[in-house]
Amino acid sequence: MRRPRRVKPLATIISAGLSKFGRREGVYARELFAEAALEAFHRVEKLDPGKDIKAAFIGQMSEAYEHQAHDAPIAASWAGLLPAPATRIENACASSGSALRCGIMAIKSGLYDIVLVGGVEKMTNQPTPEVTGILATASDYPFEQWNGMTFPGLFALMATVHMHDYGTTEEQMAAVAVKNHKNGALNPKAHMQKEVSLDEVMKSRMVAWPLKLYDCSLITDGASCLILTSPKLAKKLSDNYVHIIGSGQSQDTFCLHERDSLTTINAAKQAAQEAYKMADVKAKDIDVAEVHDCFTIAEIIACEDLGFCRPGQGGKFVESGASNIGGAIPINTSGGLKSKGHPVGATGTAQVHELFLQLTGQADRRQVADAEIALAHNLGGSGATGVVHILRGA
Amino acid sequence: MSELPPPTIEEFYRQCADRKLMAVRCVRCKHIMVPPRAICPKCRSSRVEWVQLGTQGKLVTYTIVHVSPPQFKHMTPYAVGIVEMEEGVKLPSIIRTSRLESLKIGMELEVDFSPKSQETSWPHWPRYFFKETE
Ligand SMILES: [Zn+2]
Repeated sequence: MRRPRRVKPLATIISAGLSKFGRREGVYARELFAEAALEAFHRVEKLDPGKDIKAAFIGQMSEAYEHQAHDAPIAASWAGLLPAPATRIENACASSGSALRCGIMAIKSGLYDIVLVGGVEKMTNQPTPEVTGILATASDYPFEQWNGMTFPGLFALMATVHMHDYGTTEEQMAAVAVKNHKNGALNPKAHMQKEVSLDEVMKSRMVAWPLKLYDCSLITDGASCLILTSPKLAKKLSDNYVHIIGSGQSQDTFCLHERDSLTTINAAKQAAQEAYKMADVKAKDIDVAEVHDCFTIAEIIACEDLGFCRPGQGGKFVESGASNIGGAIPINTSGGLKSKGHPVGATGTAQVHELFLQLTGQADRRQVADAEIALAHNLGGSGATGVVHILRGA
Repeated sequence: MSELPPPTIEEFYRQCADRKLMAVRCVRCKHIMVPPRAICPKCRSSRVEWVQLGTQGKLVTYTIVHVSPPQFKHMTPYAVGIVEMEEGVKLPSIIRTSRLESLKIGMELEVDFSPKSQETSWPHWPRYFFKETE
């Protein structure tokens, strides 16, 4: 069997931190971020964060949740990083996936030797209709929002065509939720550590037909972060590190209706091709993946776009158990956005946090045996942004 | 050409107030687009012109929204979809029907318009929407 060529890493992750995800009543975004940062700092004893971390890139989607813009210097301050430059990166649900790319570019360029990337969102202060409205701001205002579109609605428009063209069923979408809740039940940081049955998913109330409540990711408070450095410095600072060997990002039309196909997210497909090429690996080389299951149909489409199965076969793929822990390619071992939760700005680096645990053998009951190559797939909006990263265990 | 209105979103909605559904077409590659814009996304040409669309379209996909933002709550459950016009351009739209269960991919629809919003704040746009052909 062909082993992938060991390409030179772009940058190296020496630590990762995650706040507890959930309904964090009485806790501010900045406080969540500090919680994630503390976990990351504790993992690398040789690091003096306030002195050694030279810059921070922090993903956050909306200031509407907490009436708070300009959150990067706040988060950096609460993490004890002042006066290091801190910049907010906003690409909707791909905010921290994009922040990670900024960190990689900062390291790869040689501008800084150690940076922190992460993301945060505190969503549950607002009632669900308001959150639905705030999330909808990441879709086109004059044509999509003006015409009553919601985020579940936009993904439902894709699901309807996927069902029509490929015979994908509501049960297959529900199978994504069942799998991810099963994984999330094993994750002490997950928002909803509870298994759900296929029947419960199918009988949950309608949100945007054919998507039901249990087809949708959770409205969650949470923060995540990673500490990046050069491969050379990583060896001096830590024994547990993970190399980033591929990074891709691409954009597509902002409005869903302008795309040639509604059954694929082209931005993610392009990003994956770029990352695969850079890393010199193929889909079959991936041992474990975190994909952007903001809705169950999104995981089905992601498996097709990433080449884990053929176009149109994503429903059968999840039904077959291939993406279970113990299957051919375990997907969303963390529980995914579905069960771990989706604090929008925190999601991209939270996915990589899980893969850091997997590739350093720290994923406890969710551990995938002998995982060496991992992939993170992060979407922004209805797929105007696609970000893919490929990691390799050291 | 200078007397033609610019390819802007405000102009699109100004035309809706006159019950006209407009799109912008690239003079060079003939790509036709909504939202209107000054640079063709396909061939990058900046020679674009307004064209008036017909009234008939076909439903490409749809969903029925049960959980909406506050401003649409009074309409729930309501249908939204993507409609393809005879000219080949697609638009997102509210689909007005008294029978949500009768919606089908491929069904024929026709455009209609509702008057300008009476809100005091921007935007004051009217709305286009689609309904079953009579
Ligand atoms: Zn053109």
